Amino acid sequence: MAKSKPRVKVPKSAKAGDVITIKTLISHKMESGQRKDKQGKVIPRSIINKFTCEFNGAKVFECDIDPAISANPFFEFSAKVSESGTFKFIWVDDDGSTYTEEKKIEVS
Amino acid sequence: MSGRKHDVKNKLIAAGLAAAVAFTSGIVGLSADPVDETLSIDGNPMVSRTKAPEGYPFDEVMSGWLFRTDETRALQSDSFNNPGMLGVEEGEAIWNTVEGSEGKSCASCHNDAKESMKGIAANYPKWDADAKRPINIELQINKCREKNMGAEPYAFDKSGQKPLTAYIKHQSLGTPVALDLGKGELQKWWDDGKKLYYTRTGQLDLSCASCHEQNMGKNIRADHLSQGQVNGFPTYRLKQGGLVSVHNRFRGCIRDTRAEFPKAFSDELMALELYVTWRGSGLSVETPAVRQ
Amino acid sequence: MKFTRRQALGLTAGAAALSFTGFGISTAFANAEDTEKRIMEFTGNKKPESGKITLTAPEIAENGNTVPISVSVESAMSGDDLVESVMILAEGNPNPAVATFHFTEMSGQASATTRMRLAKTQNVVAVAKMKDGSVYSDTRLVKVTIGGCGG
Repeated sequence: MAKSKPRVKVPKSAKAGDVITIKTLISHKMESGQRKDKQGKVIPRSIINKFTCEFNGAKVFECDIDPAISANPFFEFSAKVSESGTFKFIWVDDDGSTYTEEKKIEVS
Repeated sequence: MSGRKHDVKNKLIAAGLAAAVAFTSGIVGLSADPVDETLSIDGNPMVSRTKAPEGYPFDEVMSGWLFRTDETRALQSDSFNNPGMLGVEEGEAIWNTVEGSEGKSCASCHNDAKESMKGIAANYPKWDADAKRPINIELQINKCREKNMGAEPYAFDKSGQKPLTAYIKHQSLGTPVALDLGKGELQKWWDDGKKLYYTRTGQLDLSCASCHEQNMGKNIRADHLSQGQVNGFPTYRLKQGGLVSVHNRFRGCIRDTRAEFPKAFSDELMALELYVTWRGSGLSVETPAVRQ
Repeated sequence: MKFTRRQALGLTAGAAALSFTGFGISTAFANAEDTEKRIMEFTGNKKPESGKITLTAPEIAENGNTVPISVSVESAMSGDDLVESVMILAEGNPNPAVATFHFTEMSGQASATTRMRLAKTQNVVAVAKMKDGSVYSDTRLVKVTIGGCGG
């Protein structure tokens, strides 16, 4: 199984005060903990449980994630930009690993 | 067990199962007709409906995309939204990874796939003169790995096979499927594939044609039956939450008729893939398609 | 009611057709009561009003594994007119919790889209908690179909 790879879509530029749309996708099986294997044993839960979006260090949007979120979790949300800077995206896995991605935006 | 008792029991099982498999012409809100729309990916129109090849049972070939709900169709129209693209990206990483005794990656010989692989998947399966049988992208990858990279061939559906196949086929996105049946003995394999397509198998006594030709457009339980095209494989199936290969789909369908299902890349399934691909001639390659 | 063997087999096959999606067979499902409890916990025992929040979900989900949903709350998202969180619950799933979105002034808009799993036909509920303590909710019934066959 491949490592979790994130994909993020952020506009390259915007005007100050614009509300932009951000889309994120990350590959992850999101094992719900509801399924059983061929022997009848429950396959333990293993999901991404938190997603955070920050801009220049400040929190923009966050999501507490439960196993009912589909595999390859997708989030689309908004951000109001007033200055240029860097968006940082953080996904936290049940097993403690974190996955991150960054995108810059020019705001005029 | 006496022959007669066995016979009656089987008939009862078949009847019970057939009742569950009843074809209905429409269920609560689900349209029984394919939509009258054109698939556009990132603004680029695809050929999702076209005039059928000679000797085809229908006038028109139609992409499976047309038979899905609004939400499922929307997932494919934007390549960012399409979860199958995660697999394509994984394939791109594999393309650039060195593997095997020769210290090569796919890129070592083929450079940028966007150029070297552009449009080629639309012409597969092709004739493999070495193996004297049809060859698809999965087997072509394995052939290259063994002969040129000194790497182990991928086992069916394992390791990099699905993402790499999806990445290569994705370089043909939009290109109409077009096979050259004149090469080698492809025509004979096409005949074999056609025969398989129309042969009823399993306890449910169904052939591919039973659903995808005779009942195309109707519902089997709540599934809206398409023409069973393969122009979008490997496909991101919502059911599996991941990429699904053609041979996996064939095996699953045959298994669900309660028949023994052939091995992946067996003669039967290669013949079937060849014939079914031909049935989609003219449709754009949609890999990775999004289906239920 | 007396069943013939033929009828009994037909019914059994029909019952088998009601098997649930990728969640696997689980006999314990959440119910409306469970969901109510969670909503009260989230709102601090305040009963949500209708209005301001809109939950968008398909009428029929082609596959329960991946159902796109969106929430949107009318709010200026500045000063005291701010949406703090929106909680999504699935009344009929083994566990009703789906996700909780947390917004800030930097969100610009209190809206989010995601994809969720639904084990069967059920109500999906979205509850918004505002900075001023008011709470709103919206509910959508999503029909989850059982697929045909193949793979």
